[in-house]
Amino acid sequence: MGEITNWMDQIVKENPNVVTKVDYGKTYENRTISLLKIGSKSASAKKAIWMDCGIHAREWISPAFCQYFINQLLQTYKTDPKMEQMMKNMDFYVTPVLNVDGYIYSWTDNSTRLWRKNRTPGPEGCECLGTDLNRNFDINWGTLGISFNCCSIVYPGKSAVSEAEAQAITDFVGNRTDEILCFLTIHSYGQMLLIPYGHPNVIAPNENELMEVGLAAAEAMKKVHGKQYTVGTSPDILYSFSGSSKDWARLQGIPFAFTFELRDDGTYGFELPEDQIQPASEEAYSGALHIITHVHDKEFIKPTSTAATVAAMLWTTMMAVFVTSTVIV
Amino acid sequence: MRLKIIIVLTILTGITGSPSITIRPEVELVDNKQRISEQQNLVTETDEVVEDVMATGELNPNHYPAQRAAKVVQHYINTLYGSPFKVFHLHRVHSGNAEDVADSGRKYQLEISVQEMISNTSGKCSAEVFFSRGDKQHSPQVQVMCEELLKINTTKEEDAFYQHLKKNTSLLSAEYLPDSHGHIEPDMKPLWHLASVASSFIMLNESTQDTLFNMAQVANVTQLATESDQLKFEYLILLHEMVSQEIIRWKLLVSWCPPEGVKVLQMEKLPHCHECEKPPNTN
Repeated sequence: MGEITNWMDQIVKENPNVVTKVDYGKTYENRTISLLKIGSKSASAKKAIWMDCGIHAREWISPAFCQYFINQLLQTYKTDPKMEQMMKNMDFYVTPVLNVDGYIYSWTDNSTRLWRKNRTPGPEGCECLGTDLNRNFDINWGTLGISFNCCSIVYPGKSAVSEAEAQAITDFVGNRTDEILCFLTIHSYGQMLLIPYGHPNVIAPNENELMEVGLAAAEAMKKVHGKQYTVGTSPDILYSFSGSSKDWARLQGIPFAFTFELRDDGTYGFELPEDQIQPASEEAYSGALHIITHVHDKEFIKPTSTAATVAAMLWTTMMAVFVTSTVIV
Repeated sequence: MRLKIIIVLTILTGITGSPSITIRPEVELVDNKQRISEQQNLVTETDEVVEDVMATGELNPNHYPAQRAAKVVQHYINTLYGSPFKVFHLHRVHSGNAEDVADSGRKYQLEISVQEMISNTSGKCSAEVFFSRGDKQHSPQVQVMCEELLKINTTKEEDAFYQHLKKNTSLLSAEYLPDSHGHIEPDMKPLWHLASVASSFIMLNESTQDTLFNMAQVANVTQLATESDQLKFEYLILLHEMVSQEIIRWKLLVSWCPPEGVKVLQMEKLPHCHECEKPPNTN
């Protein structure tokens, strides 16, 4: 984690015009939760993309990918006109490690490698600790895919958003729901793109579009190294569960919310070999980029809606003329 | 004049409809959320309400029912044909069908692709998986037919490895395969493969329609001395169950020799380990 923190400071130092570090929360063990805000400086308020990594401690490929993603943004925006445009129109909020305590714990030694939760002590009388942060968000909290046994790996916490780490996202993103167009949360393993919602009977109004964009992103990912990523709602392709960050984000009105489950498909599982970090990140980047580009273009490049605006204006003007002429005559 | 305006307005309406503004469609979901919180009972682990209306008939191959059943086929194939040099992994589900069998359970028919990991060869298989229902929970029953795949010849490698260990005066042991960084020493890979095959016996036994098992890690392996032809190993294996996300620890006594294949002689599920190794100074 120390390496990641130092690296974040380094990135800010090397790219002062486009990167700022924002400390937006504290973990249970009082460590700082930080993100890098990346985007061309602008006088007016900008739209934004949210990405968080490392919500589950053992999913080490996830923080690695956030770092890769940040590097890619900073390397390509100066030479790639599309990225330059996106950096001008949007800010990227990227959190390399959300569950700092859990992540650090998973690095302690071989016996801690498979830790998942955060490190909050359990309720009174419980001999275990930790809450599954991706069950702790305030959406259908404590209903599906959880266990109230505090030793369970999917213990959702003592109440919705009881956890400091979940609170940090809830506050930061919650204050910016008009600004944020897309919420991406990165996990492993399983090679999937999950769309809201985690409950089998709750359907996002834009589910068709989410599936379409997701499938196209998976196609793009497959082109990179041939790896298949399955797309769908969690109840369809994985399992039902409540209290997830992507569900919460979607319910806040952020139209595009995806969970990425990166490599692999179970051979190495959480302990992905080092030589797969680069290819896994490359394919994930191309998938994320596809989604981000779609979201950006939908917001900023709208030929049809421009015509609709013009038509709307004409209509209103005509109506006004009609009404006034009627009244006068 | 008025008539002309009416005509223009009508034409405009025809083209664009009434003026529209895009609204973020989050409002309607609040109702759903409230309805669900009222209806929903606390459910642990998987949602049993949903399971009752599980898909029957033709299955979406990407959805979990077919995927979980197909994983069972992977485990089964490994128990029959796996070795320290032959490990099979589910690659894809092409199609699937499910039907209820009276009150006794559910039967799946699947067309899948399976990959042998070491030779990197793929082949298609047709399989049937039967999950029993009711008080007597048996392990799933599997039948499978694979083209080509099972003809892979690993006799040379297996014999060489077997002879090497038989001649060796010291007994092998290792821990954490793979290690935290996904690394396995080349010499230890056959022991890791052997573990995958041995775990397949457990994963097959333990599988239901509500589980998806993978071997997460070999915590440790110790070769035991034997007088017989068999090589014997004691393993502590960590399984990952995807639906509950739990890590389940199993102690296995495993034997292997090329003619007889992999056998699990003893198996013991170990209790949940919350903090497996306490740091030295807390005791």
